[in-house]
Amino acid sequence: MHPNLSFEQAPPISVPYRFFLTAPWFGIAAGLLLLVQGDALLVSRWAPGTLALVHLVVAGFMLQAMCGALLQFIPVATGGNIWRPHWLAALVHPLLMVAAGLLVAAFLAQRPGLFMAAGYTFALGLGFFIVVVSLAVWRTPAQGATVIALRIAIAALLVTLATGVTLATGLAKGLLLPLPPLADVHAAWGLGGWALILLAGVSYFVVPMFQLTPAYPAWFSRGMPWALVAVVGIWSALFPDFSEPLRSIVLLSGVAVAASYGAMTLHLHARRRRKVSDTSFLFFRLAMLSLLLLLLSALIPLFWEDERITVWLGVLALFGVFFSVINGMLYKIMPFINWLQLQRYYGTRGTQVLPPNMNQMLPESRMRIQFHVHLATLGVLLLAVWVPVLARPAGLMLMLDCGWLAFNLLQIGLAYRHFKDRVPEAA
Amino acid sequence: MTVPDIEWFLKMAALTDPLQHHHKHCDDLFADAEAVALGGDWLRAKESVTRFQTEIECHFRTEEELLFPAFEAETGMTIGPTQMMRLEHAQMRELIGQMQTTLAVEDREGFGGVAETLLILMQQHNMKEENILYPMCDRSLAPQEAVLGRQLQDRIDLACQMT
Repeated sequence: MHPNLSFEQAPPISVPYRFFLTAPWFGIAAGLLLLVQGDALLVSRWAPGTLALVHLVVAGFMLQAMCGALLQFIPVATGGNIWRPHWLAALVHPLLMVAAGLLVAAFLAQRPGLFMAAGYTFALGLGFFIVVVSLAVWRTPAQGATVIALRIAIAALLVTLATGVTLATGLAKGLLLPLPPLADVHAAWGLGGWALILLAGVSYFVVPMFQLTPAYPAWFSRGMPWALVAVVGIWSALFPDFSEPLRSIVLLSGVAVAASYGAMTLHLHARRRRKVSDTSFLFFRLAMLSLLLLLLSALIPLFWEDERITVWLGVLALFGVFFSVINGMLYKIMPFINWLQLQRYYGTRGTQVLPPNMNQMLPESRMRIQFHVHLATLGVLLLAVWVPVLARPAGLMLMLDCGWLAFNLLQIGLAYRHFKDRVPEAA
Repeated sequence: MTVPDIEWFLKMAALTDPLQHHHKHCDDLFADAEAVALGGDWLRAKESVTRFQTEIECHFRTEEELLFPAFEAETGMTIGPTQMMRLEHAQMRELIGQMQTTLAVEDREGFGGVAETLLILMQQHNMKEENILYPMCDRSLAPQEAVLGRQLQDRIDLACQMT
């Protein structure tokens, strides 16, 4: 971190906010797709519509939120300097939006040209993003488990991108690639390598801070990302022959490592000194419980084979774990970014009066309602895997859930503008 | 003795240890005050918030009157990290004042919002001190460790006795 200990290195507010405000719209689109196509999307992971739905969540919702969060988190938490964040965001944000849109359209329309265009756009936008954030996290003098986790996560994002572009090229040009095994490798690096390790690295920083828990034990915080990346590495080494029982053993090992992070976080939550359970905390807890349920669910195929179990695991991972935790994190960081930036802005206008507090950016009650909607949506989505008639209602609920989130996040963004325009007079 | 043990021993013996431990103590007092206030027991909440305020004020003053001047005198850095920490102390004092105001009018929602803001600001502040400023102080003020360390400990002990 910069030795003057200020937050001057935090990027302009528009940098993370353009990503955060866009993310829920991909969730709304995912809900719409499910509403239109119904239970056909919840039968097999290989159906084109299912792949479109999955990528609306992972390459749309999750990627937007995680890229925005990284641009804010790297400078503030690790002191890493991101090269021209304003320009980077202005370039990368629309490219990722377009790339995700093209990819979804490619799956739905099955048009080779769209796959190619999506691949190139991702390679350009995400490639540029990876180069810039890599420079920041590798150059920072900061040490510790969070920085190490960020480095591993970004490296995993690069592998995810490379395998993703290869898959897109293969689909576009009809190359003789072993697509399903390659997709397994791509998914493992994307979810287990990039998303989960990034989540863990951020958790090491924010869980003790938000809930006054003890720190993650050093052996765990340093060991977990390496263990996970090792399992993902072994998984990739199986390519292209994912035969049983090795496949199940490696998959279960990976889910077990992921669940250990959930269990450790719940253990720390149980020892928290703060007694207040705010909405962000509830989202976080839901995500960690989903990780444990994921482990239990991953055991089912040992006794009973059904393609829908894979779909169930996907719903649980995407909507139970990642969607929940991102949702909860946004409710905590956006109001605080508002406060921090307003306080800085008021200072430049010569007043030492503090900005309105975080609840004045968005009342807790508004977040709480959306949490209940999300909980219900998750329940119906999981049920819909087994009860096809619930697929369309689940899509509608997902639209409502994400729409509510989009509305709440927009309110936080507007609150910033509102309070910025009303600088209080110095006392 | 292995290398990590030596590091651990050195860390335990650091000049700023009393302040670092006191951060945790203030966190506990904050958590108690927040829980009592949001539980609606306003009378006890006023006591708890006042206890937290007294201790953290003593912590701020220990830093501003003892540690920061010693660091500034030793390094000549008067407009760097210590200035930023003083500014954040002022912001936290203001937020604690707002907590008292919301308590006086029994405004649960208002209290919750101020407490939430204070918590994150306080945690970021503590992290910056513990990870950066305190190690800088420990290094630059090592020759004064015996005297200054005792003074810091005494001031913190006094704060705990007062509450």
